[in-house]
Amino acid sequence: MAREDEFLQYVQSGGQVETDDWMPDEYRARLRKFIEMHGNSELMGVLPEREWILRAPTLQRKLALTAKVQDEVGHAQLIYRVVEDLGKPREQCLDDLISGKSKFHNVFHYPTKTWGDVGVIAWLVDAAAIISQKALLKCSYAPYARIMKKICWEESFHILHGRDVILTMMLGTDDQRELVQEALNRWWGPLMQFHGNPIAADEDPMYVWRIKSQGNDEARQQFLDGYVPQIWELGLTVPDPKLRKDEKTERWHYTEPDWDELMSVVTGHGPKTEDRLDLRRRARENSAWVRSVLLAA
Amino acid sequence: MSEQGRAELLLEIADDELILGWRDSEWTGIAPFLEEDVAFSSIAQNEIGHARALYELAARDLGTTADELAFDRKPDEYRCSRLVELRLPGWEHTIARHYLYEEADAARLEQLKASDDPELAGLAEKIDREEAYHRMHAQMWFDRLQAEPRFVAALDELRPLVDLRDGHGEELTELWEQMTEVRRSQPAGTKW
Amino acid sequence: MIYEVFRQERKGQAFQHAGSIEAPDERFAEWYAREQYGRRGESTALWVVPREAVHEIDDFVDELNRNYHRVDGYPLKEKLKEARERAGTSRAPAGDR
Repeated sequence: MAREDEFLQYVQSGGQVETDDWMPDEYRARLRKFIEMHGNSELMGVLPEREWILRAPTLQRKLALTAKVQDEVGHAQLIYRVVEDLGKPREQCLDDLISGKSKFHNVFHYPTKTWGDVGVIAWLVDAAAIISQKALLKCSYAPYARIMKKICWEESFHILHGRDVILTMMLGTDDQRELVQEALNRWWGPLMQFHGNPIAADEDPMYVWRIKSQGNDEARQQFLDGYVPQIWELGLTVPDPKLRKDEKTERWHYTEPDWDELMSVVTGHGPKTEDRLDLRRRARENSAWVRSVLLAA
Repeated sequence: MSEQGRAELLLEIADDELILGWRDSEWTGIAPFLEEDVAFSSIAQNEIGHARALYELAARDLGTTADELAFDRKPDEYRCSRLVELRLPGWEHTIARHYLYEEADAARLEQLKASDDPELAGLAEKIDREEAYHRMHAQMWFDRLQAEPRFVAALDELRPLVDLRDGHGEELTELWEQMTEVRRSQPAGTKW
Repeated sequence: MIYEVFRQERKGQAFQHAGSIEAPDERFAEWYAREQYGRRGESTALWVVPREAVHEIDDFVDELNRNYHRVDGYPLKEKLKEARERAGTSRAPAGDR
């Protein structure tokens, strides 16, 4: 027990560990699960956007969107390598993802219905994700902290691309502006749930072990601070009548997100969960022969 | 070469690169494994990039824009070969096409590099420098798959289509409808 | 096979470990490393090395205090103070220079 206490003190004062260093079993288990979920999310996040790569309306958008999705695949590669070095092979991670045994973030369980969604996702969903990702830059597990540096750097163009898409539409036809507002209306709920339920930071094992350096509510407040002004300045409305910033406390008030919906979605009951896992399963089956040819000497 | 003649030549190559790049981009996110997914997506992006540069040159000759050439023609106006417009959901077919296309394209680029037209020759050199990597990639895969019966069969199946430009099948129309869906939803000239 | 990738960001800088990739052989590893660590022109050069070729050493022994080849093995403050006093050149406040 003393060794675990020492470890806790070490990470809480900013210490980091490498792959072969000693870690408490509980830390290793939680860490691996957390990182695996991140890898799953990058991989599943590809699918909603992929449909629009094929429908991009200009050559520039086509290139930018393909590059963005490519980055996400690249992030999945970086992340699963870290999980593998922690003892769980990539194939096993993919098995568990496809069978529904392991989870991925709520936002990737929802449909993308229009080009408006493409803009809103790149602008706001990626923004919410970057806030979470920045809180991982000082992760107590050093290999993960290191890849987060590359990931955060690459994400920076995604948000700009998203904002460019949105701004272009907001300066365009009435139909285009309507597409943006309509997409925002559908995505606001999942966005508010994205950073997770309001567990206090010091009760959140991820924070206690310094796997992440920020609690869920803090992340959400940071998101609202950064992006609600950007939304409002374009003349868009947020579908929450209670949303306002309290001048005194400097904190945002909002309608409590639907935590039941979040729980239901991440446990595999989202509107597109089954379809997307099915696509992954079929793609994987169809290319199994390729992997076995390549692994043969 | 007249401006019209040059534009027609450019459109043929540009359409090949555009449609092939569009097809290749279908693998982004679902390629056989993650490292190859990233690699193949770069190839697809390069192809679209080549198409764009070629359209831009043609657009000047024709008094239009690259995007209009890429998206606003009707399916039967495209000059791409039968090879590139096929939807090929099997990796063996995709790599077979990749290999065959790169081989044919190398010969085509050599001719263009020798052109009297400095703009054409210059662009062909730039494109060829990127295509050298594509050829390396295709060869790498060919060497690994050449003993696989399904790959050999795919090569045989696709070889006759390499430079076949006798018209288009249903597949190009379907692809075109997908490609232009968003663009057609608003009046011509709408910015995206 | 796992390959470790080291990247040089700018000419003249040291190569730093950037990450690892899985590839069937060297040719594939080079292609994948180039894309994963260089598609944005963020590196001027890469080293791609099979993981087994990298040997980590993280244990070092210094049981008998080998400070003779480190700067902290040479505390000169006291001796310098005495030497200045002897030469009549000491000035307040004393400090070692």
